[in-house]
Amino acid sequence: MTAPTEQKIRVKGPVVVTANRLADGAVIYRAAVGGWTTRLDAAAVVSTTQEAIDLLAAAKREGTTAVEAYVAPVAVAGERIEPGNLRERIRVAGPTIELPATFGI
Amino acid sequence: MYVYDDFDRTLLAERVAEFRDQVARRLSGQLTEDEFKPLRLMNGVYLQLHAYMLRIAIPYGTLSSLKLRKLAEIARRYDRNYGHFTTRQNLQFNWIKLADLPDVLASLAQVGLHSMQTSGNVVRNITTDQWAGVAPDEIEDPRIWAEILRQHSTMHPEFTFLPRKFKIAFTAAKHDRAAVRIYDIGLRLHKNGAGEVGFEVMVGGGLGRTPYLGKTIRPFLPKRDLLSYVEAILRVYNQYGRRDNIWKARIKILVHDLGVEKFASEVEAEWQTMKDGALAIDPALVEEIASRFHYPKYEKLADHPPELGKAMQDSAFATWHRNAVSPHKMPGYAIVTLSLKPEGGPPGDATAEQMDAIADLADRYSFGEIRVGHEQNLVLPHVAQRDLPALWPQLEKIGVARPNVGLVSDIISCPGLDYCSLANARSIPVAQELTRRFGDLDNQRRIGRLHINISGCINACGHHHVGHIGILGVEKNGEEFYQITLGGRADEHAELGTLLGPAVSYGEVADVIEDVVAAYVELRSGPHELFIDTVKRIGVEPFKERVYAAH
Repeated sequence: MTAPTEQKIRVKGPVVVTANRLADGAVIYRAAVGGWTTRLDAAAVVSTTQEAIDLLAAAKREGTTAVEAYVAPVAVAGERIEPGNLRERIRVAGPTIELPATFGI
Repeated sequence: MYVYDDFDRTLLAERVAEFRDQVARRLSGQLTEDEFKPLRLMNGVYLQLHAYMLRIAIPYGTLSSLKLRKLAEIARRYDRNYGHFTTRQNLQFNWIKLADLPDVLASLAQVGLHSMQTSGNVVRNITTDQWAGVAPDEIEDPRIWAEILRQHSTMHPEFTFLPRKFKIAFTAAKHDRAAVRIYDIGLRLHKNGAGEVGFEVMVGGGLGRTPYLGKTIRPFLPKRDLLSYVEAILRVYNQYGRRDNIWKARIKILVHDLGVEKFASEVEAEWQTMKDGALAIDPALVEEIASRFHYPKYEKLADHPPELGKAMQDSAFATWHRNAVSPHKMPGYAIVTLSLKPEGGPPGDATAEQMDAIADLADRYSFGEIRVGHEQNLVLPHVAQRDLPALWPQLEKIGVARPNVGLVSDIISCPGLDYCSLANARSIPVAQELTRRFGDLDNQRRIGRLHINISGCINACGHHHVGHIGILGVEKNGEEFYQITLGGRADEHAELGTLLGPAVSYGEVADVIEDVVAAYVELRSGPHELFIDTVKRIGVEPFKERVYAAH
């Protein structure tokens, strides 16, 4: 697939800016209060293409915290922010499989 | 086992120091990600969904017990206690931190392990038959030639920025266990009419978005010409390969676009300018490289020792022996395949405890040597037949003696969307579900040899095009779907699979595969006709009629 980082931004619903943390690769989100957070529910949510472009541009200016930032869809229900597709659900929750170390070998 | 010298150790130490500096400069902000990314990729470091992934080269799939213990140590100390053996005979750690990577590489270098040639547009880790050096049907050990080519291609300045990655595989046996026709260059050692040993050179194989099988451009290449001829191929590719479109940049596209005859003539013209120059291989060099492969000091033993005969009376042992133990070139010895395909488990993964235990067993029973196969299983290549009864329960204890090698649950799978940032769909849960559906080993044996290969995207790391049953994950409107192909194979009769029909959903894919297998059992000419032969005989239509009628 075309990596999300290389896709053209076309916003049709609520989105956040997400990336991986430089030092350890952990999933992070551009926070509503600026900077980055590991909590999706603390992420800045925007709903227009221009807002998303601006949010992403601001995120990319901070090059030493985050890498490979891109715009990702979310679903907003009241106070809750949920990932908008399977890829993002897996990024939030980890692999959908039990990791081998606990597989019972 | 190839033994490294001071030159190799110095090279690795310098490389680690260089990368340590690069990481420090990236973490401090002196390097941007655009500047750093090609540097980390040259050291096998990818960024995946949840973390960095480190891919470690296992040249020609050969590991010592020392190296395997080191991998266990890295898994335990820096990752999440496991590693993933890949279809390229490499090992991947999925949870590595960038800040730890210089220490990880330094630790790996202590035992001669590294991550060079596991990423980037270079000649990648060179693969071969996991039974190299011990297979009875082998002409000679192809790893010596793989090592010569590995040394020549490592950090080769002319081939550090190729149009795209470049994969080379060797085989020297009649039965191709190295899948040489699916690589950019496949090299098959064989004897010509005069009894001389040389290489059949195949070029332009590759899977991915545009799959092709390699075409033979030179049926017989003398050994002395290996480096010059491969260099000529790489030069032609470097000059004419496309750099404007990543999907058309592999050599397979160039070979297809030029036509194999024209491509071969370009290589020939380039080769003629250099064949008798510095790259002509001196027999003394071959001798020198060969001398650094230390072979076991085998005992003089007879086949079928009494200990084995007695153990064969135990039906569980006999079942495992029939499935996982293969003939060895030396009398009294055997090749033992360790299944990394537990029922319900992720294909190709091994925990740190398993790695340590396998290293111990290798020391005790296999002269300290382990092999990695592209099927994502491990091999103990030098086990005395008399030791098999003692070895078996110890393999059972660590979960690697499941007698499913080559059967329907011995699934080859990429990591898929559970880890990979390129994937469209999950692979591992599909594999896990299929291993549960086909969990009954008696049923698996009734079905017979059947290879299922799963890829989570068109990049085809699970080699789905050459699976007897290939499963390709795609994304449709945000949902996971799977295309199914039948009739692919990766051996000396290599074929690309034929599409069965429309893609099916995640929820349906295991049902559909069960139906395909049930149709095969119904349609085969008898219990001895393999799945792949039934598909060859009747095509995919009869399968399509049955499967899609049911869904």
